Amino acid sequence: MSTTLTPASPPETPTLPTSEKPSGRSPMAAHPALWLFPVPALVLYVTFFVIPTIQGVVYSVTDWDGFSPTAQFVGLDNFITIFTNDDLFRNAFSNNIKFMLVVVVFQTIFSLVLAVFLTRNSKSSVALRSIFFFPTILSSVSVAFIWKFIYDPNFGLINTVLDAVGLDQFQSAFLGNDAQAIYWVAITQVWFHVGQMMIIYIAGLQQIPQELYESAQTDGASRWQQFRHITLPMVAPATAIVMAYTTVQSFKAFDLILGLGGNPPKSSLDILSTRIYSGFANSQFGYAAAESLVFMALIASITWIQRRAVKATNPDV
Amino acid sequence: MRYQLTRRAVLAVYAVLVIVPLVVVIFGSFKTSQELFASPFAPPTDWQSGNYQKVIGESGLGIAFRNSVIVTGLSVPLTLFIASLASYGIARTTGWKSALLFGFIVLGMAVPAQANMIPQYVQFETFGLTNSLFGLVLINIVTTLPIAVFIMTGFLKTLPKELFEAAAVDGSGPWRTYHSVVLPVSVPSLSATAIFLFVIHWNDLLYPLLFINEAEKRTIPVALLSFQGEFLTDYPLLFTGVVVASAPIVIAYVFLQRYFVAGITAGAVKG
Repeated sequence: MSTTLTPASPPETPTLPTSEKPSGRSPMAAHPALWLFPVPALVLYVTFFVIPTIQGVVYSVTDWDGFSPTAQFVGLDNFITIFTNDDLFRNAFSNNIKFMLVVVVFQTIFSLVLAVFLTRNSKSSVALRSIFFFPTILSSVSVAFIWKFIYDPNFGLINTVLDAVGLDQFQSAFLGNDAQAIYWVAITQVWFHVGQMMIIYIAGLQQIPQELYESAQTDGASRWQQFRHITLPMVAPATAIVMAYTTVQSFKAFDLILGLGGNPPKSSLDILSTRIYSGFANSQFGYAAAESLVFMALIASITWIQRRAVKATNPDV
Repeated sequence: MRYQLTRRAVLAVYAVLVIVPLVVVIFGSFKTSQELFASPFAPPTDWQSGNYQKVIGESGLGIAFRNSVIVTGLSVPLTLFIASLASYGIARTTGWKSALLFGFIVLGMAVPAQANMIPQYVQFETFGLTNSLFGLVLINIVTTLPIAVFIMTGFLKTLPKELFEAAAVDGSGPWRTYHSVVLPVSVPSLSATAIFLFVIHWNDLLYPLLFINEAEKRTIPVALLSFQGEFLTDYPLLFTGVVVASAPIVIAYVFLQRYFVAGITAGAVKG
C-alpha cells in the first residue's frame, strides 16, 4: 500500500567494502549502546501507562470513591453488578452496539464506493479526495457543533431545506427523538471519517493489476461482475483494516457524543466510553474501573471475532 | 455511460454534503443568529467580526488557543524525539529481546484511553500534574508513544542495512548515526507522524477534560465544548469557535496535505 501512503524512498547510499573495519566489532552486529535508545520511551511508558493500567485492575475490585484514604475490597461485586443489575450500563452497551453496527456498515460501504469512483489519479479525483478527507482533520467538538445546527429541529439545515422544497412531512426532531438519536450521531460519525477510510481503500484498489479487468472485459464481464469477482476479493485486506478501525473508532466516539449529546449525555446517547466517564465524574472510581476492564475486553473480543470472520472468508488476508 | 452518470451524480452529491455545511459554518461566523436562521446558505450581507471579538476576548478562547499552542507545540516534537530514539534502537537490534520490547510498547495501542484514564488521573493528581499544561504534554507523549513507535519502527526497518553499515564503517557511533543518518533520511516519515500527532494532540478532548478544571488552563476543545452550555443555540458564536479552533489544522492541511493523508492513514492502517 506504499504508493499513496508513504512518499518516503530512501536515498541510494554507497556501500563500502565491509572488509575494512576500523573497530574490532563487525558493523553487522548491533552496537550495545543501541539498547539505551528505547530507555526514555520505556521509562515513561511503564510509569504513566503500564502501571496505571495495572492499577485499574486493583481499583476494579474495590468500592473506592477516589477521595477516601481507604477502600473496601469487594471482590467481583462490581463485575457482577455490571452484568446483572446495571440498567445504565446495559443502556450504554445497547446504544454502543447500535451505533457500531450503523457506522461499520455505512462507513465501509460508502468509503468503498467513493474509493472505486476515485481510484484513478486524475486531477478531479485528487481534488475530490482532498475534499472528502477534509472532515477527518477537524476536532470532534467542531464536527458536533456543525451537525448540531444541521439537525436543529427549529432552525436546522435539514428541516429548513425540507420545508423549502415542500417535504415538511419528513421533518424530524433528530437528536430530540430518543428512539433515533443514536442513529443520527452515527451518520455524523460516518461523515466525519468516511474520507479517511476511502484513502485506505484507494491504496488497496490501486494495487489491483489492471490486466485482471482487461481480461474480464474481453470475456464480456459486466461492470458489476468485475466489481463482484475482482474488486471485492482483491480489496479484502483493506476491508479488514477499514472494518477493524471503524469498529474501534465507534467505541471511542466519546468526544462526538459529548459534543452532540451534552456532558453528561442524555441516556439515549450514552455509550460505554461516556458511561465510564460519568462513573469517574460521580466519584465511583472502583466501579468505573471495573466498567473500563469490561469495555476493553469487549473491544478486544469484537476485534478478534472480526479478524476470525475475515480470515474464514478470505484465507489469504 | 450509465456508470459514468452514476459516478458523477454520487460524487457531486457527496461533495455538496461535505462542502455546504463547511461554507454555512464560515458564513455563519460572520452573521447574527437572525440572519443565520433566515438565510443559512447565503453569504453574510455585512461581514461583521463581532463574533470573533467576542469569542476570542470575552469567552476566553484566546487563552485556550494559546494553551493549545503550548501543549501541542511541546507534545509533538517531544513524542517524535522519544519515539524515534526508541524506534531506532528497536529497528537496529535483533533477536527476541528486541521483538519483545517492540511488542510490549506497541501493545499500548490496544488499550483504549477510557480503560486507564482513571488510575492515570489519580497518579497525575498525586504528582501535582493535574491543572498543569506540563501534565497534558506528558500524558500526550505517553498515550501516543505506542503508535508513534509502531509507525516509525516500520519505516526504519524498510531502510537498507547498508546505510547503517556504511555509517558504522565510517566509525560513526549509534548516537551520531541517529542524528546524522537516521533523522535526515526519516524526514518524510517523521513529517507524516508529526502531522498525525498534531491532529491528535490539538483535537484531544478527553485528557484536558479530565485533568484541567481551572478556566485559564483549558485547551481549545474543552473551551469549545463549554460553549455548548454557555451559548446554547447561539450558532454564530459556536461556528466562530469552530473556525478559530480549526484554523491551524486547516492551514497546515492546505500546505502539507500529502503528509496529512500519509500520516493519518498510516495511523489508521497500523492502529
